[in-house]
Amino acid sequence: MTRKKISVFSFEHGIDMHVLKSLTPVTPQLHLFEREIHENFEVQFEGHPWLKPVRYPYYRPDRSSIMDNYPFYDIDSEELHEVGVGPVHAGVIEPGYFRFICNGEKVLHLETQFGYQHRGIERLFTDNKSPLQKCILSENIAGDSSVAYSLAHSQLIESLTGIEAGDALQIERCIALELERMAVHIGDTAALCGDVAYQLGQVVCEALRTEIINTTQNWCGNRFGKGLVRPGGSNYPMDITFVGNLLKVLERVGMRFAEITERIYSMPSVLARFEDIGQVTKQQALSIGTVGMAARSCGIPRDIRISHPFQYFNKFEIQSIILETGDVLARGLLRVREVVESIRIIRELVKIWQVYPKEIPRPLYNYKLIPNRFAISVVEGWRGEICHAAVTDADGNIDNYKVIDPSFHNWMALALAVRNQEISDFPVCNKSFNLSYCGNDL
Amino acid sequence: MFKEFKILSHHGKQYVKDLRNQPVSDIFRGRPIIADDITSSEINRICDICPAGAISRKNGAIDLGKCVFCKECEFLLPEKVKFLNDYKTAANRREDLIIKPGNDTPLRLDGNHIRKEIRHLFKGALKLRQVSTGGDNSCEMELNATGNVNFDFGRYGVEFVASPRHADGIVITGPVSSNMAEALNICYLAVPEPKLIILVGTDAINGGMFNGTQAINRKFIDEHHIDLYVPGNPAHPLTFINGVMDLIGICPQTP
Repeated sequence: MTRKKISVFSFEHGIDMHVLKSLTPVTPQLHLFEREIHENFEVQFEGHPWLKPVRYPYYRPDRSSIMDNYPFYDIDSEELHEVGVGPVHAGVIEPGYFRFICNGEKVLHLETQFGYQHRGIERLFTDNKSPLQKCILSENIAGDSSVAYSLAHSQLIESLTGIEAGDALQIERCIALELERMAVHIGDTAALCGDVAYQLGQVVCEALRTEIINTTQNWCGNRFGKGLVRPGGSNYPMDITFVGNLLKVLERVGMRFAEITERIYSMPSVLARFEDIGQVTKQQALSIGTVGMAARSCGIPRDIRISHPFQYFNKFEIQSIILETGDVLARGLLRVREVVESIRIIRELVKIWQVYPKEIPRPLYNYKLIPNRFAISVVEGWRGEICHAAVTDADGNIDNYKVIDPSFHNWMALALAVRNQEISDFPVCNKSFNLSYCGNDL
Repeated sequence: MFKEFKILSHHGKQYVKDLRNQPVSDIFRGRPIIADDITSSEINRICDICPAGAISRKNGAIDLGKCVFCKECEFLLPEKVKFLNDYKTAANRREDLIIKPGNDTPLRLDGNHIRKEIRHLFKGALKLRQVSTGGDNSCEMELNATGNVNFDFGRYGVEFVASPRHADGIVITGPVSSNMAEALNICYLAVPEPKLIILVGTDAINGGMFNGTQAINRKFIDEHHIDLYVPGNPAHPLTFINGVMDLIGICPQTP
C-alpha cells in the first residue's frame, strides 16, 4: 500500500484584499476552485483564464450574475451551430444545462452550466442545526451516495470530538459502502444497455440492482441506506440473520451479474457503441484532476480506500481496478470488475466481522466539538472521493463547512470525452460517468 | 442465443404481480402510529429530537409531509411511537398527512376531493413529466424504478414522457430551488389542460430540511392546486404507484 498525505496550503486574506495571483495557469486542476472562491467571496484571481459562475449560490455577493446570463463560450461562424439541452432533460433525471457547439453531427465543444439544484446545504451545517439535523442533511446531499456522504460526515464529527468507532462498526460501514457501490454500478450497467437498446442486459441488471437495494432496505429500512451511518454508533447493527441473507444475495447476484455482463461485453452490437467512444486520455484526466472510477478507467490509480484508507480499509487490503483506455467501454468494464471486487470485499469483511464482539453503541447526538479545529474527512464513494471539511470556532461551533463531490472534479472530463464525437453518442458518454448535479450544486 | 435463454431462465419472472399488496421488509419506515396515551412531556421529548419539526407540540401528531422518516422518535420512545411498514401513505389533501395519536386507520385518498376530469380522462393512461427541483436525486431514482422490470407501472398505462407537451401532468421532486423556479413554471405551462400536479418526497411537499431558507422558492407550490402528495425520503415506488392508482381510479383496493 502506498499511503499518501494530504497537504493543506493556507493564505491569510486581508479584509480589503481582493486580488490574488491565480494558480490555475500552472495547476489547471484548481480552475473550478478559484471560480468558486471568486463567486462566493468576490476574490479576483489574476491570470485565471475565465472566472465564470459555478452554481449561483443564494449568498453570492454579485447579484447581477443570474442563471440567464451565464457567459458561454461561443464561436461566431456560419458553418457551426449550437445545441442547447436542459435544464429539464428528457428522462427522469436532475436539471443542468448543456450547450454543444457542433459541426454537423460532430461535437467540437461542450460547456455545462449548473446551479439549478443549489439549495444551500453547506450554509445549513453552520446554521445552528442539531447534530441529528446535520446527519439528515449529510445523507440528503446526493441520494445515490447517501452512505458515502453520511460516512464522510460521521468521520468528520468523530474526528472533531475525538471518539473512535470500534472495529465491528467500521466493518459494517465498509460493507454498507460497498453495497452502495455495487447497486449503482449494476444500475448504471442497466442504463448503459438501455442507451444502446440491449433490452435483456437492461432488465436483468435492473432486477439485480433491485435485489441489492432491497438488501440495504432489509438492513435499515431505506433502499438508499439513509439512517444507516451515524456518528459514534449505529441504530442498525447487523445481525446473524441479515448476514446470512446478505451472503445468499451476493452469491445469487454475483453469479447472475457475471453471466449477463459476459454476454453484454461480448456482443458486437454493444461493443461497437462503447469501444473508442468518449475517450479521456490519461494526460487529460491528470491535467483536470479527475478522481475516482473515471480516473481509474484511464490508467490513474486514484482510490481513497488505498491512498488514504478510512474505517476498516486501514486494516484490510483491497484490489484497485485500473483500466487504460479511458473510453465508455473502459468505464463499463471497470464497473463490472468493481462489482466483483466489492462482493469479495464484503464476503471477507463478513468473515472478520464474525469474530469481533458486536457491541455497537447507539449513535451520538449530544457531542461537543473540539474548539478551534480544522478537520478533513475523505471517503471513496462509488463515483470517487467525497470530501467534507470543517472549521470550528472558539466555542466549538462549526464556523465553516465545505463539501466536495467527485462530480465537481469530473464534469470537465465528460466535456472532454464528447469532443470530436457524434452528438448522438452523448447519452452513452454521459451515462458511463453518471455524474451528480446535486452533489455539484450543493 | 442459448446463452440468452440460460440468462432468461435465471432471470425468471421479476415483475411484482400485485402492486396493491406487495409485501415489503418489516423494517421499512412507512406510516407511523402514535400511542393514544402519550403524555405531554413525552411529546416534548420527541419534538426536541425531531430533525424536521414534523411533530406537533400541541397534540403529538406527526406530519408525514414534513417527516424525514429517520425513526429517531421511535428509537427514543419505542412504546409510544411505531413506524409500520405500510407504504400506502399518499394523500390528496395536505391535512390527511397529519397522523394524530391513537389514529391507526390506513391512509386513503378522499374520493370527494378528486377533480372529476381526472378519473374521466386519465383512467386508461396517464403520461407524466417529472421536474426535479433541487432534491438529492433519490426520489428521481425511485420514480425511475416505478417503470422498471420489477414494478412495471407501464402495465396500467402510467409512464413518464420526455416532453411536457405530451404529458397530462407534472411530478415535482425537490424543495424547488430558487434557481429552478422559473424552469418549473415554464415546464408546467407547456403541459396542456387539464393537467395535474403530484408532489413526491418530503422536500417537494414541504421544503424538507430546506424549508424557510433563502435558497428555495415555494411560490409555485403555494399558488397551485396539488392533486397528490406522496411522502417519503425518498418516496418508495409502491407509495407513488398506489397513490396514483387511487387518484385515477384503477384496481380499487379493498379498504
